[in-house]
Amino acid sequence: MSYAFDFSDLSQYADVLLHGVVVTLGLTGVSTVLGGALGVVGAALVLRGPAWLRWLIAAYIELIRNTPFIVQLFFVFFGLPSLGIQMGEIEAALLAMTVNLAAYAIEIVRAGIESVKHGQYQAALSLGLSGRQAFRYVVLPQALAAVFPALLSQVMIVMLGSAVVSQISVQDLTYAANFIQSRNFRSFECYIAITAIYLVMAILLRRLCNGLGSGLFAGQKR
Amino acid sequence: MISIENVSKWYGQFQVLNACSTAVRKGEVVVVCGPSGSGKSTLIKTVNGLEAFQQGEIRIGGTSVDAPNTDLSKLRSHVGMVFQHFELFPHLSILDNLTLAQLKVLGRNKDEAADKGLRLLERVGLKAHAGKFPIQLSGGQQQRVAIARSLAMDPVAMLFDEPTSALDPEMINEVLDVMVELAQEGMTMMCVTHEMGFAKKVAHRVIFMDHGQIVEDERKDEFFANPKSERARDFLAKILH
Ligand SMILES: Nc1ncnc2c1ncn2[C@@H]1O[C@H](COP(=O)(O)OP(=O)(O)O)[C@@H](O)[C@H]1O
Ligand SMILES: [Mg+2]
Repeated sequence: MSYAFDFSDLSQYADVLLHGVVVTLGLTGVSTVLGGALGVVGAALVLRGPAWLRWLIAAYIELIRNTPFIVQLFFVFFGLPSLGIQMGEIEAALLAMTVNLAAYAIEIVRAGIESVKHGQYQAALSLGLSGRQAFRYVVLPQALAAVFPALLSQVMIVMLGSAVVSQISVQDLTYAANFIQSRNFRSFECYIAITAIYLVMAILLRRLCNGLGSGLFAGQKR
Repeated sequence: MISIENVSKWYGQFQVLNACSTAVRKGEVVVVCGPSGSGKSTLIKTVNGLEAFQQGEIRIGGTSVDAPNTDLSKLRSHVGMVFQHFELFPHLSILDNLTLAQLKVLGRNKDEAADKGLRLLERVGLKAHAGKFPIQLSGGQQQRVAIARSLAMDPVAMLFDEPTSALDPEMINEVLDVMVELAQEGMTMMCVTHEMGFAKKVAHRVIFMDHGQIVEDERKDEFFANPKSERARDFLAKILH
């Protein structure tokens, strides 16, 4: 059993691969920003919002955490049009990824907020900060610092999980591999190549974010 | 300056404060003592509205703390509070701890706030630590920063909740010294503390609490010379050895 590797003609598809990388990173970046913001708002509402809203958010989190991402994606792309909500595949992928990440982010950020001692909030109030200011300037930064590693892991899961958006023809990195191997019939080499690219992307991104994180949260190793 | 009238508070069935009444006049230093669980922290936190109460009334400079139209944040910005566990903000540098509320609440500009912050740090002997983070300071230093942080708001009164009870013994005096100085400058102060040396030195009055009640509210000399109640006598005997 021997297999003759031939990576030679992959180079002519470099632009296809690069485009795939850009799409995957772009989707991840945008859904991280949107999902993260929703995570913070959602966590604040879960802890302070009216009962009906808390219940609604809890139901949303359960729904997302207990169903496969690909089903959520198909629901958005193939299901919603039946309700007259039509969107392109990029928008559908972004929506599904954001909705997915936000559900986990709410849980993570909520845990972070709860880990901040109540005395910190009281001290902020005692200085005359409003409840909102105390949350924004005192509680939230500490909460995010505490759960930064967990949030980062979740972003990684979303990035790697985003490979399935190729199923709705989003031209991400996995789509690029499928496309190339359908042309040159070198599927093994193709998947080795994108495996390596995913690996390098994930490792670099994690490094970068960890570096950013420890810069951002300097001084509060607790 | 601070008037507390008939204040009662319950946690469910449990009454933490039982018809407490007292007043702190401008420039007066009042020490609050009493056994653990007697409601001292709860009482002092009702003064700036950190704890709600169900009955009675508290006024600061004439403004009712729990009236619906009171701007509680504004009121709090005029009343400093120092906590048992310092509660410096760990994610901010020492100087940023002192400037945050000046910037966000008083609307001072950056230079003004930093200036004020540095002057106060100098006053508590910690100017050299302005760029550090709280975790890099000792407990005593952190508590001095916490006092400076409150003073940065130019408070009309200061509340202390056992400011030295979480400190190692060798650090207690550096904090008390700052408090004594404040008292001698005429700051209106309400201090929950068991440091009777401090009370003897600067307090005008001593309040003794037990089971949510103000059992004694006496002039300092009177309180130490002949406490009226059995409970205060027992307490003093224990605390003064
Ligand atoms: N959130 C709370 N719920 C129920 N009981 C409380 C709460 N906070 C304080 N208590 C009770 O109220 C009493 C007074 O507490 P506190 O004011 O902290 O006493 P002190 O400061 O004098 O030690 C204690 O018995 C305490 O257990
Ligand atoms: Mg207490």
